[in-house]
Amino acid sequence: MSRKLLDLWVGFFVVVGFTALLFLALRVANLSGESFAETYTLSAKFDNIGGLKVRGPVKSSGVVVGRVSEISFDAQAYEAVVKLTIDGRYQFPKDTFASILTSGILGEQYIGLDAGGDERMLKSGDVVAKTQSAVVLEKLIGQFMFNKASETPGEK
Amino acid sequence: MADKELVAVLGLMRAIGHVLNNWLQRLGFAARFFAMVLLYSGQSFRRLHLTIREIYFSGFQSLLIIVVSGLFIGMVLGMQGYETLQRYGSADALGVLVALSLTRELGPVVAALLFASRAGSSITAEIGLMKATEQLTAMDMMAVNPIARVVAPKFWGGVISMPLLAALFSAVGVFGGYLVGVVLIGVDEGAFWSQMQGSVDFRYDVWNGVIKSFVFGVAVSLIAVFEGYDAVPTAEGVSASIKRTVVYSALAILALDFVLTSFMFRGL
Repeated sequence: MSRKLLDLWVGFFVVVGFTALLFLALRVANLSGESFAETYTLSAKFDNIGGLKVRGPVKSSGVVVGRVSEISFDAQAYEAVVKLTIDGRYQFPKDTFASILTSGILGEQYIGLDAGGDERMLKSGDVVAKTQSAVVLEKLIGQFMFNKASETPGEK
Repeated sequence: MADKELVAVLGLMRAIGHVLNNWLQRLGFAARFFAMVLLYSGQSFRRLHLTIREIYFSGFQSLLIIVVSGLFIGMVLGMQGYETLQRYGSADALGVLVALSLTRELGPVVAALLFASRAGSSITAEIGLMKATEQLTAMDMMAVNPIARVVAPKFWGGVISMPLLAALFSAVGVFGGYLVGVVLIGVDEGAFWSQMQGSVDFRYDVWNGVIKSFVFGVAVSLIAVFEGYDAVPTAEGVSASIKRTVVYSALAILALDFVLTSFMFRGL
C-alpha cells in the first residue's frame, strides 16, 4: 500500500478518534455548558450539611445558578463552611436565605437560594448570613415517633 | 517407604522451583525488554511512517470491530438499564447509566480486550514469525536494530491507537443507548441528555477513562511485542505465544482495571 494512502487512512482514524472524544466531552459531559463565563464566590455556614457534595447544584427558584465549590469544617465555631460559585449574571440581595434542600425524597441535595428584599447586593467573598441546615430524615422520624408516643391514648 | 516419599516431595519442590525460576526470569527479561523498547523508541518518532504504518494496522483496522461491538453493548445497556430503572420509576436516568458505565468501565475495558485479541495477537504473530524465519537475526547482521526498527513502532502504534479506540467505543455505545432508549423505547429525549450531562463530569469520568485506556494500551502492546520477541521460533512456539498474548493481556487488563478504579473512583 502506498504511503500516501496509508497516511490518509491513519489521518481518518485519528480524526474519528478525536471526534469521539470531543463528543464525549461536549455532548455527554457537557464541558461547555458546565462552566459559567463569569463567576463570583459566596460562602455560607451551616450547622449540618447532610449529604451535600462538592459540585452539587445551587438553585434559585429551581434554576441552577451555581455550584458548590468547596466544603470545609470550621473547628472554632463547629460549623460547616460551604463555598458557592455563583454565575456572574445573577446577583442576590444581602438578606438572601440559603437552605439545604433535597430533590425528591431520596434525591441529591442542593442549596436553594431565596432572594430577600434588601437593596444592597451580595458581592464576591460575602457570607450568606441566613441559612437553614439540611433536614436529617432520621431526626425527623425520631421526633415524629417521640411525639406519637407522648400522645396519651385518651386524647384521641 | 519414607525415602520414596522424600524423593517425591523433593521432586515436587524442584518442579515448583523450576517453574518459579523460569517465570521470574521471563519477568526480568520483560522488564529489561520494556526498558530497551523505551530506549530505542526515538527512531519510531523520527521515522514517523514506521509508526503510522502500525497505527494503520492496529488502530484503523480495528475500527469495524470496535464500532460494531460498541453499538451493540450500548444498545444492550439501554435495554437492560431501562428494564431495571423503570421498576423504580427512574427511567429518565437511563442516559446517566449508559454514559457512566461506558466512559468509566466498559469503554476502556471491552475496547482493550477486543484490541488485545484483534491487534495484539497479530502483532505477536508478525514478530514471532519474523523471528522464526530469522528476519530479526538478519536485521541484526545488517546493523539494523530490530527493536528500534520493528518492535518500538508496533509498541507505540498500539499505545496511540488504544485511547482513540476506547473513546470511539464509548461514544458509539452512548449512541447505541440513545437508539434503544429514546428512539425504540421512548424515554424522553430531553431527560436522557440533560440528566447525562448533569451527572457526567469530564475530568472525573471521561478523562479517567482515557487514562485507563492509555494504561491498558501500554500493557497490551508491551505484552504483544514481548511475547512475539520472546517466542520459541517454531510454528508451535509462535502459536503458544499468540495464545499467551491474549490470555495475559486479558488478565492484565482486568487486574489493572481493578487497581486503577480503586485509585480513581473512591467516591470522594
